[in-house]
Amino acid sequence: MQSIADNVGGAISYASLARKNRSKDIAIASLGIFVLFIAIATLLALFIDLAITGYPRLADPEFYTSFPSRKPLQAGILSAWVGTIMVMVVTACLSVPLGVAAGLYLEEYASKNWFTDLIEINVSNLAGVPSIVYGLLALGLFIYTFGMSETVLVAGMVLALLILPIIIVSTRESIRSIPSELREAAYGLGATQWQTMALYIVPAAKPGIITGAIVGLSRAIGETAPIITIGALSFIAFLPESPISSDAPFINFGWLTSPFTVMPIQMFSWLSRPQADFHISAAAAGVVLIVMTLMMNALAIYIRYRARSR
Amino acid sequence: MGVFRGPHLLPFCVVKLTHLVSGFMSDKQAGQGANDRLHISPHFLRRREITNEVARYVLMAAAAVSVFVTIGIVYILLSESLVFFETVSVWEFVSTTSWTPLFAEPTFGIWPLLSGTLVVSGIALAVAVPAGLVLAVYLSEFAPANVRETIKPILELLEGVPTVVYGFFALLLVTPLLQIIFPQLPGFNMLAPGLVIGIMILPYITSLSEDAMRAVPNGMREGAYALGYSKYHTAVRVVVPAAISGITAACILAMSRAVGETMVVAIAAGQMPNFTFNPMEGAATITTFIVQVTLGDARHGSIAYQSIFAAGLVLFLLTLLFNLIGFFLRRRFRQAY
Repeated sequence: MQSIADNVGGAISYASLARKNRSKDIAIASLGIFVLFIAIATLLALFIDLAITGYPRLADPEFYTSFPSRKPLQAGILSAWVGTIMVMVVTACLSVPLGVAAGLYLEEYASKNWFTDLIEINVSNLAGVPSIVYGLLALGLFIYTFGMSETVLVAGMVLALLILPIIIVSTRESIRSIPSELREAAYGLGATQWQTMALYIVPAAKPGIITGAIVGLSRAIGETAPIITIGALSFIAFLPESPISSDAPFINFGWLTSPFTVMPIQMFSWLSRPQADFHISAAAAGVVLIVMTLMMNALAIYIRYRARSR
Repeated sequence: MGVFRGPHLLPFCVVKLTHLVSGFMSDKQAGQGANDRLHISPHFLRRREITNEVARYVLMAAAAVSVFVTIGIVYILLSESLVFFETVSVWEFVSTTSWTPLFAEPTFGIWPLLSGTLVVSGIALAVAVPAGLVLAVYLSEFAPANVRETIKPILELLEGVPTVVYGFFALLLVTPLLQIIFPQLPGFNMLAPGLVIGIMILPYITSLSEDAMRAVPNGMREGAYALGYSKYHTAVRVVVPAAISGITAACILAMSRAVGETMVVAIAAGQMPNFTFNPMEGAATITTFIVQVTLGDARHGSIAYQSIFAAGLVLFLLTLLFNLIGFFLRRRFRQAY
């Protein structure tokens, strides 16, 4: 008799237990939504604060077409955005071919041995090395050992090394997602490994590879620390030589060896001044920088979305 | 089979088939000249083989570049630090609690830089780990698929904001807000950059641990539901324990990021080496010290210049440790499922 009474009591407590559990479900879900809300609110607060603070300079068209200046209200970002584009060109030209080739090798060619293991651990560690350590590498190796100076080329090289792991990892992931039938079909028809890769695997993996490259470049665009470390924080009120010349070869590589400044460096240098007026310029530069990275990220998300829906 | 694009594949099939058939036939009918149109030159096959081999080595060389980068980092950090440790004993480096390399009588104790680094990344993790995990549990176990698909890109955007912008945020928005609550808070402090770095690494913890939780096989969830577990208990008692090595890896990798974060602290914490664990004070971290010296004009070969490589070596070893632990935990997790 005792046991039946127990069971009856049990049934009642099950119901209350279920209610309690249901409320816990709701609690953790709403906690999650709350955190999400905080994260998004932070992003919005950040952007709105920047936009409001920087508005006086953002609305001034001369901000985009004039050089930095000692007078806060005349300072502009011309040399910074031109420098950013030039450095990004160098970074993309170096990191994308290298990263895609390395990713392709690791995913398709490398056999399972200690050397491959070593490269894999190494790539995953490099992805986590703080960016400033890359700056120290560039300072010690490029600047002092090789005797290069603080140029567009050196900055592009550092940033290329910095984003190499991102491109390698995304290349590998997009190659891994290609069905092996494609590979087998090509081999079955007598294609060599290289033909299979160059004609089928890489084109099929292209959306993923491009997405990874854009994400990597959008990270490089905002990197400040390694560029400060190579000693490139200076007052640049001129543009590098134009890459296109009116004379015979028409293409000019003088810009590679020119001193430069980039957007995040310009923003940092304004931010570290005591005058509040420079903080307005810093906020405006921040808005331009965020718009640049957001546009790149949005492009990457769009490419991935389109590739997935196909 | 989204990647199978018919018109793209077809010409290759035809060409390849022709090649194979022609190779076969031209062997049989050698010298007859009947199949000249289909004949494939041995030069072509040879060139194809050579291209294949060359490509293999070129790709391998590209993969090896990453190894050279690591070797380069280790070589530079070690060789420059050795010069530093010729002047400053290792014992002084690890036992003194004062770091004043730019003074006339310089002292080199790493502890003030380590304390700054620890306080800032401690605050960051205290914010990011609980919040990131709750968000990951929500996204992986509770959120409908369409919500998850909308949220993930937004989190990626949060991750993509340049750190110098977060520095602006810490200095000119978060610090003034905190000063309303703590009126005695100085303009440069470790609390604001710590909180901001916490928000910065939150998406990273969320996406890595959400990946880990989603990799837990559905059968385990279904088993828990069949036993009468609620969603909450399934998440907390089944999914999270099953994914724990992946989640731990996420936290450790995030810690490595917080330790290596430079710009936010350099902008908002004041760059003054200060041996304290009080987040209300300004301080320098390992990374901001490097920034401070390279912003000034310490000459190559001077002791201040050499000291940034010693500091960099400590930073590299710290993050290397975290990264290796994170790597092996994640690998173990991947092998488990």
